[in-house]
Amino acid sequence: MAASGKDLVLEGITKRFGDYTAVDDLSLHVPAGRFFALLGPSGCGKSTTLRMIAGLEHPTSGRVYIGDEDVTATKAHQREVNTVFQSYALFPHLSILENVAFGLKRKKVPDAVEQAKAALELVELAHLAQRKPAQLSGGQQQRVALARAVVNRPHVLLLDEPLGALDMKLRRQMQTELKTIQDEVGVTFIHVTHDQEEAMTMADTVAVMNAGRIEQIGPPDELYDLPATAFVANFLGKSNLFEATVTESNGDWLSLSFAGTTTGLAASRAVQTTGTIVAGIRPEKIIAAPAGQPPASAGSGWAKVPGGRVTSVSYTGVSTEYEIAVQGLGEFTVFAQNLHSTGFTEGDQVDLWWEESNLFGLAGDADTEAGIEEV
Amino acid sequence: MKQLAHRIDISRWFVPVVAGLSFFYLLVPIVYILIYSFNDSGRTNLTWRGFTLSNWQNPCRPAGLCDAFINSLQVALIATVVATVLGTMIAFGLERFRFKFAGSANLLVFLPLTAPEVVLGASLLSQFLNLGVQLGMTTTVLSHIMFCISFVVVTIRARIATLDPKLEEAAADLYASASTAFWKVTFPLLIPGIAAAALLSFAISFDDFIVANFNSGSYTTLPQFMYVAARRGIPAEANVIGSFMFLLAVSLVVAVQVWRYWRRRSLERAV
Repeated sequence: MAASGKDLVLEGITKRFGDYTAVDDLSLHVPAGRFFALLGPSGCGKSTTLRMIAGLEHPTSGRVYIGDEDVTATKAHQREVNTVFQSYALFPHLSILENVAFGLKRKKVPDAVEQAKAALELVELAHLAQRKPAQLSGGQQQRVALARAVVNRPHVLLLDEPLGALDMKLRRQMQTELKTIQDEVGVTFIHVTHDQEEAMTMADTVAVMNAGRIEQIGPPDELYDLPATAFVANFLGKSNLFEATVTESNGDWLSLSFAGTTTGLAASRAVQTTGTIVAGIRPEKIIAAPAGQPPASAGSGWAKVPGGRVTSVSYTGVSTEYEIAVQGLGEFTVFAQNLHSTGFTEGDQVDLWWEESNLFGLAGDADTEAGIEEV
Repeated sequence: MKQLAHRIDISRWFVPVVAGLSFFYLLVPIVYILIYSFNDSGRTNLTWRGFTLSNWQNPCRPAGLCDAFINSLQVALIATVVATVLGTMIAFGLERFRFKFAGSANLLVFLPLTAPEVVLGASLLSQFLNLGVQLGMTTTVLSHIMFCISFVVVTIRARIATLDPKLEEAAADLYASASTAFWKVTFPLLIPGIAAAALLSFAISFDDFIVANFNSGSYTTLPQFMYVAARRGIPAEANVIGSFMFLLAVSLVVAVQVWRYWRRRSLERAV
């Protein structure tokens, strides 16, 4: 089966609804055959972006390219792009087979029905071909929606929160299945989701969106390891962010001073290298040790923050999540793997330790609360 | 315990009895029509004078009865087709598009439903006279289309409101142009609503006496014929036509139910 995927390029896309700017000067290049995720909270403009790629919405300004072709002015039915809708949007009056063959029939493909049957085989639903959508479970409908899109071998396949309505177990299963199918058909997948775990496990490249703009694009591990904005640091996993002043710089390394203590920071891991910056570290990269006792692994290249007090402990089995208050710095979250059966209890005095190479630096004016999901 | 058992007993017969009485109340006039279509009537068809099949064998015997029946059928058919097509389009416009004066347009469509029929009929007459239009079949059809549209719009709008707009987007996404999307997805899903609207239009037009009486001139519809005949005594053949229409409607409904049942059976067998 020949790979049909093509590059997708968005150039300075802006979409306004009246006074409201849903998407703000967004540019993006997705190479052919990628599994690309647009990740962001609801209302960040990710669905609007998807609809503009599909042709269901037209940008106020900017251009959309599929392959080398400028498709900005074309309508949805003229684009070699198919969508798996969040609500599936299966045609209730048509059988499953007719639903899957719908696109091929519009394109007047001679063996539409045979291809549709093959697509149903792919999602393991061939035995339900004659049923109506209402007679299928949610997970089955989801797979029909996928088959109905994939069967057309589009240049770009769009997934609009397609797993949102499924329960957790089915979701995990569909995630793997989607990934397999993408490998098999070689189509460029653009997956819109607000679930960071889903984006990280499925996509090769993730774009984190916020307020109509892309905050950062990169492979999941890179985004997680080295977030460039406070929003990404907080939305993708958890981060401890605190203000610090750059006191010294020797080119490769910066010295930071904060709340009466110091740490090093790799200059290459800092967005801003002078003045007051926001430094950050992931909770699992901090070791909490009893006050005055350095952890065994600590050595040169480690920083120590003394004077912590455990304020809350939540045990999750494989790990324990501690909230630790540090004078002058506020709360730190620390994930500790439960390697030993003894942990800290509330009120314990601890020091925090981290390897300086794990620290990242953000701009000094970053809003340290950005991207923290309100629960 | 005894109290409880007593209460259950009441509820067991209450619903069937009330339902039975309601149906009896609804159907008594129709049963009369049916029975008296077999009456060997004299000048009037108000008292039972004996059983005969002659009314059914020659229903067109009374002068003008069958002409009026055919006139009514023609008017109702044309009015239904035109009102259903126009009304469907209006319903779409009102339900799917936001435009200036949408609210007022909405209200205007409902007005004919709220205006008393006598007033509507009289004012239409004065309009036709002022325009110098010859009264007859055309004016009758025009006036029927007018009030049928309102019913069609109301019925079909309700149906459109239940349609998921995502379905049309999905069709567009799957290479269907706007017109293909309409005929392949939207229209098939609207058929039940359109059929209901058309049946309603037909029934209302076929039934109408007041508006036709003002606007038909010398052209006579069935209700008008009956009204005039009532002064001399309605012929039993009118009952034949009434019964015929009733039986036709019943057999249509039965046919649809049977067809649905078989289709479901065959679908289940295919699965």
